Amino acid sequence: MEKLIGVWIAAFLTLCIYSFLYRDNPFYRFAEHLFVGISVGYGIVLSIHQGLIPLAWTPFWQAITQWPPGWGLTKLIPIAIGLLFFARLIPNYAWLIRYPIAILMGIGSGLAIPNVMQADIFRQVHGTLVPFSQIHAGTLSGSEIFGAILMLIGVISTLTYFFFSVEHRGVVGGVSKVGIIFLMIGFGSAFGNTVMGRVSLLIQRVEFLLQDWLHLI
Amino acid sequence: MKPKSACLLGLILFFTCKIITLAQLSEFSSEEFRATDEITAGKPPAPPTNIKATDKKNDDGTHITISWTKSADDGNGANNVTSYNILRKSPESNFETITKTLIKTGKTDYTDDTVKRDKTYSYLVQAVTASGTTSNSEVTGAEATASWFHTGKKWLFLSVVLFSVVVIYSIYHARSGKNIFIRRIPGLEAVDEAIGRATEMGRSILYILGLGSVSNVATIASMNILSQVARRTADYETALRVPCNDPIVMNVVREMVKTAYLEGGHPDAYQEQDIFFLTESQFAYAAGVDGIMLREKPAAVFLQGTFFAESLILAETGNSVGAIQIAGTDKEHQLPFFIAACDYTLIGEELYAASAYLSREPMLLGSLKGQDYGKLMIFAAIVVGVILELIGVNWVTTFFDKVSN
Repeated sequence: MEKLIGVWIAAFLTLCIYSFLYRDNPFYRFAEHLFVGISVGYGIVLSIHQGLIPLAWTPFWQAITQWPPGWGLTKLIPIAIGLLFFARLIPNYAWLIRYPIAILMGIGSGLAIPNVMQADIFRQVHGTLVPFSQIHAGTLSGSEIFGAILMLIGVISTLTYFFFSVEHRGVVGGVSKVGIIFLMIGFGSAFGNTVMGRVSLLIQRVEFLLQDWLHLI
Repeated sequence: MKPKSACLLGLILFFTCKIITLAQLSEFSSEEFRATDEITAGKPPAPPTNIKATDKKNDDGTHITISWTKSADDGNGANNVTSYNILRKSPESNFETITKTLIKTGKTDYTDDTVKRDKTYSYLVQAVTASGTTSNSEVTGAEATASWFHTGKKWLFLSVVLFSVVVIYSIYHARSGKNIFIRRIPGLEAVDEAIGRATEMGRSILYILGLGSVSNVATIASMNILSQVARRTADYETALRVPCNDPIVMNVVREMVKTAYLEGGHPDAYQEQDIFFLTESQFAYAAGVDGIMLREKPAAVFLQGTFFAESLILAETGNSVGAIQIAGTDKEHQLPFFIAACDYTLIGEELYAASAYLSREPMLLGSLKGQDYGKLMIFAAIVVGVILELIGVNWVTTFFDKVSN
């Protein structure tokens, strides 16, 4: 019985969301508000259980109850910095919120930039160069050599497109146009690939409606 | 003899022979095999030797690697060892098994990733036979310690330092007052057009930062663009609505927009409630933003930041309400959707260049110039690397191998 009620609710909400394809209407608005509200509530509970209790409350309680006080007290520093977010609720001290924001953005950038350089730049350069060592060793077939040269042209021309302090005229302009062609070919294949994924999601939903709800298939 | 009788006699003879053979076999198994079983089941295999527990270097103190030399009975003799088992003794407990499944033979090391920093653990390795007989190695121990520096990343560190020096030099150069050229970026030239359109129509501007957190590079770039957009909306007194997916991003955005309105000389025009938290859930956020688009019908929609599967849902809805749309992301899988559904799209790094392009601030322009120098170095490294590889010299490739791992 519970399953049956669940299927009917899910089918009703699915149709409410799909009604958006026609126009904005009370059914869509109901489903939208329900979806947003439930997700916020779920998010709050998740934050309490996965963030607040294990990362703030438990270390705080251990730090203040431990005797003699040791390194555990250092955990009070990030907790205090986090509490500064609430300073915005007191107009006279709202400026204090800039400290946790600055720390978060600094740490975030510091962690992200080396990772981006490593994964998106250096690894790609390495991948571009490796086939040429194999060409020298004579281990690549004709089509693989063609692929390696095509990859080299693609990387260099696309890189040229992303030079911002040089005017894209003459040779630079021509090479960057080749880069745009490579980019668009890449986007085209990504588009096709992703659309196929989305169509499978639609099929899954239609299958739910026709099979689990209406029992037509 | 008739064929039927011959067939019957043949069958009787066949089954008689079979019964005799089975009887002989059962007699053999009941005596000979039983004796073999008694020998193997009772005798433990040779234990693993040379057991070593080593604290893993360059980690946060949560890994200890255990290595051993395989048992003499591994793949040998009647007491054939079929697997190994690791037992650990922590300061709080006695020896207990830590391997979820038995380790297959041929493997002679195991990394324990369930240890706690600054605690000493003892380990022993068990050799296990098919019949379940075990034999313990000697006990060894190690303390899990954290490393201050990841020595394997020194080349990456040096590369980042070099890149930073180039960027800082470029910023100082730009601050000296020299003019820095930035090429035309069509998507950014349309920003003023979009804000002007919203002002003329008396409608709002919807700025969507995507799903990135405050530590995401694209989100940081998007917030910088928002700051520039906010300066213009402050001048034109156009409503700017920013639904946020992350509460921390919302707080940062509120501060940035407030500062932009203050610097633009219009602090009273700042409306804090227009920058609000919607939800952290991806598709609930998409549903909520779609609802806002349909009801408020913004004249301009900015989709700048990190986007995933919701990108097309948002861009299509923005398109359906007739808004001028300027999108930008570094997620290459979402860029095709923006290109298809939006008026202008900032591709990848154009998003990062946008704030410098819009503000023309020397610091940001210098940073952009420094990034171009970095790209020039990469460009040169690729060309030189390819030439060297073709003549059999591979030190450029080796360098990038070290930096990228």
